[in-house]
This record gives sequence, structure tokens and C-alpha cells, in this order.
Amino acid sequence: MTTRETWGTRAGFILAAAGSAIGLGNIWRFPGEAYQYGGGAFLLPYLFAILTAGIPLLLLEYTIGRKYRLGPPSSFRSLYRPAEGIGWWQNAIAFFLATFYAVIIAWALSYMFFSPSLAWGDDAGAFFGVEYLQAGEPLDFFEYRPAMLGALAAVWAVVLLIMAGGVRKGLELANRICIPLLLVLFGIVVVRALTLEGAVDGLNAFFTPRWDKIGDPEIWLAAYAQVFFSLSIGMGTMIAYSSYLRRNSELSTTAVTVGFANSSFELLAGIGVFSVLGFMSSDAGVPIDQLVGTGGGVAFVTFPTILSQMPGGAFVGVLFFATLVVAGITSLISMVIVPFSSFEDRFGWSRKKSVLVLGLPMAAFSLLIYPTANGSSMVDAVDFAVSGYGLVLGGLATIVLAFATGKIKALAAEANRTSMLKLGNVWYACLALTAAVLVFTLYKSIQGQIADLSDPAVANELIYINWGVGGAMILFGAIMTAVLWRRPLPQRAADESVAETV
Amino acid sequence: MSASALTMMIIAIVIIGGGLLVSAVTLMTHPDEPED
Repeated sequence: MTTRETWGTRAGFILAAAGSAIGLGNIWRFPGEAYQYGGGAFLLPYLFAILTAGIPLLLLEYTIGRKYRLGPPSSFRSLYRPAEGIGWWQNAIAFFLATFYAVIIAWALSYMFFSPSLAWGDDAGAFFGVEYLQAGEPLDFFEYRPAMLGALAAVWAVVLLIMAGGVRKGLELANRICIPLLLVLFGIVVVRALTLEGAVDGLNAFFTPRWDKIGDPEIWLAAYAQVFFSLSIGMGTMIAYSSYLRRNSELSTTAVTVGFANSSFELLAGIGVFSVLGFMSSDAGVPIDQLVGTGGGVAFVTFPTILSQMPGGAFVGVLFFATLVVAGITSLISMVIVPFSSFEDRFGWSRKKSVLVLGLPMAAFSLLIYPTANGSSMVDAVDFAVSGYGLVLGGLATIVLAFATGKIKALAAEANRTSMLKLGNVWYACLALTAAVLVFTLYKSIQGQIADLSDPAVANELIYINWGVGGAMILFGAIMTAVLWRRPLPQRAADESVAETV
Repeated sequence: MSASALTMMIIAIVIIGGGLLVSAVTLMTHPDEPED
């Protein structure tokens, strides 16, 4: 019999779950997506997607995690024995995601130190690509960039230190410090942004609804994608986090709180980012639509350019990149917990052993592959394998499994045991709708990549790396399932829900 | 700021911020039941 550490307080879990959801993508992806897909009109499908997909899927993962109180592989095995592979596959997703996500945090950390002197000068694009990344060809492996290497090592040192502290003294304590800090730092950035000349023009661009776009299916699909990718669902993170909940913890209102906390931060990010873009547009006479983007270029090229021209830009730069670092760290630890919880549950490892046997190799892999001449190309290739396919398939598999095994009603009953908002037919319908949207998203991703193969502007090597990573993740899940087929799940004290099912 | 943009901004803040506030207050007033 074993016992399991739990979150110290409900607030601790909510802060950790919100910290996981609030990440780098909220700050640079949401504002660009909203602008591209109808401005203020995007908020309608976005809200619809939060209520019909984001919160229902969050609730499904919370319920699975709390019911079985095990990491993703063991939880899925408890649902249906052959499904253990889905959990191990999610481990692979979390592994790859964490290893490249740390790199982007390292870039932000470097830029935090570049900000006081506005080191990028007049050409932020050249500084980022040529001086900092020193980007080479896609296949230039192992040509290291020392500045990036040092920043990345620092990020992993902090993350492993937090992980070594366990659930209460590590994850919970870190989020209790980081989330308020994040709000203060970003709050100051937003207030400064709102007082800039031209900020109103930016807000007009962001919020003015273009209702003609509302009937376009693409805008609805984009809204679902934004909600799905920003809530940390589909990779086992929320199953792992909720496995540390007490058995009587409330679930449904907790999920609603986390969903709206994430959206509130995205809205704040949109207001801040567009106020700054409005200033740039007004100052340099560049139309706002030429400044908007949804990738890292916004943070590491567009923003530094604006900071150079903004009164107090050095100070705002430090705060902005510190925001990215803090938001990134709280998300990164939620990715690392997936393999930690999985191996600890399945093999009875201590946290210290997990740090040594899992954490250090993760850090080493990240340090070996990414701070190199082809690091940014590798980030792009692995990113698409993970977020283009992995997260979508992970979410889809979780929903299909819950319905196909006939356990969905038992899961609803488990959630309803302690939840204020009761789950029933509406929840089932939302999950079915989400599954349909995810199937369509997957189809569009595959179709897009096949088209890219015949596009001379796209490096085919990166597509093959992308498919190779995707295939390796699936293979890992299948091998782990076969190897562990006969190994029983741990029996946990006072936990009636751990049971083998076929 | 244009009237339509201002209206959308207020609606977004009220729905998203309001949703967060209501759910957080609801949770604060309903503590978890003690473990068996």
C-alpha cells in the first residue's frame, strides 16, 4: 500500500492549473488570432468554444485524474487496459514539448538581460536571427551557441529545483509566488501600454467587430484551436495535476474558474499587445495589420523594435520578458510533472529518483539539441509534431476512450459526487462536439502538410523530422504498454478506485 | 475609441472577468467536504 501527496489547498491547485494554462501562447498567440479572425467578432466563437470545449474537456481530465489518483498511463489503464499506451504517448508529447518550450523561455531570459541596454539596436530582426540565434541551415546539428546554452541551463536548473520540492513545497509554492508576480509584472506593462500615444488605435483594431467574418467556419475552427491549445489539455498535464487532488475536492466550478482565469489573462494580453502595436503604428506610420503576428517573431522582433522607440522602453522590456519567463516556467513545470507522476506511480520511484533519472536526461536532451545553429528550425519541426498532431490526438483519444469504454456516465457520477454544477447530457454533447472539431482540425493539419511537401519554399527535411518525432512518440506508447502489460497497478491506501479493467 | 470597439471591450470584460469573479466567489463560499 502506498499513499499519495496532495495539494495543500484548493487555491494551490487552482493557481497551479491556471499557471499551467497561462503560458507564452496566451501573450503572443491569442491577440494575433483574434485580430486575424474578426477582431471583436472573434470573441463570440471564442467564448462559445471555452464553454463547449475548453471547460468540458478540462472537466473530463480533472475527473479521470481525481478518480484514479494516478499519472496518465495508469489512469488510462484503469479505464481500459490496452489504453495505457495513450498515457505513455502523452508522456512523450510532454517530454518533447517541455524540451523545446524551455528553449523559448531561455530566449526570453536572455532578452530580459538585453533589455536594459536595448541591445538589439535599430534592427531587432537581424539581432535575433544573426547575432543571438546565429541561425544556420536546418541540418546544422551540434554547432552550439554559448549565450543560449547558458540561459537554457539556468531555466532547467530552476525547473528541476521546483520539481525536487514535490507537490506542496515545489509546484504549489512556486505557483503561489509566480502567479501573483506574473499579474503584477504584466499589469504594469499593460498600464504603461495603455498610456502610450496611439494605444486607442490599437484597441480599436483589436475590438472592432467585423461581423461579416462570423459565418466563416474558419473563424470558429480558429476559436476552438485557440481554446484547446491554451488550456494545457490533451497531453496528460491536467490528469497528472488532478491526480494530486483530495478525493472530495470540488471539480466543476474549479474548472470554470481555471478556464475563465486563462481567458482573463488572454484578454489582458490582447489589450496590452494591441496598445503597444497602436503606438508603433502611430509612431512609425506602419499599418497595424503589418505588425500583427502569432509567432515568436512578435515577442523577439516586433516588440524589441517598439521598445527601442518607446519612452521607458528598457524598463518595460525587462518587465515584459520577465513576464514571459515567469509564465513559461509555471507552464513548463506542468509539462515535466507528466513523466514524473507517470514513472513514480508505475515504478514506485521517489521524487529524488525522478529528478535524477528523468529530469536530468530531459534537461540534457534539451541542451544537446536546441541551443545550436539549427535550434530554431528544430523548435518549429518538433512544435508542429507535438501541438499540430500530438495535443489534438491526445484530447481526441481521451474523449473517445471515455465514451467507447462506456465509462462516461461513471465519470460524470464521480464528478457530480462533489461538484456544484452537475454534469449530464449537455456535458456529453459538448464532448462529442469537441471530438468532431478535433477530427476536422487533424484532417486540416494533415492536408496542409501534404500540400507543403510539394511547396519548394518549405524544407521537406523538417516535415520528415516532424513525422519522425510523431512516429517515435506512438512507438514509445506501444512499447511501454507491451512491456508493462503484466505489471499490476499500485494499490493505494484508502483508494477504492484503482482497479484493473479489460 | 469607436463605439463598436468600446462596446465589444466592455462586453468581453464583463463576461470573461465576471465569469472568473462569480466562479471564484462561489468556490470561496463553498469549502470542500472533509475527507472520510
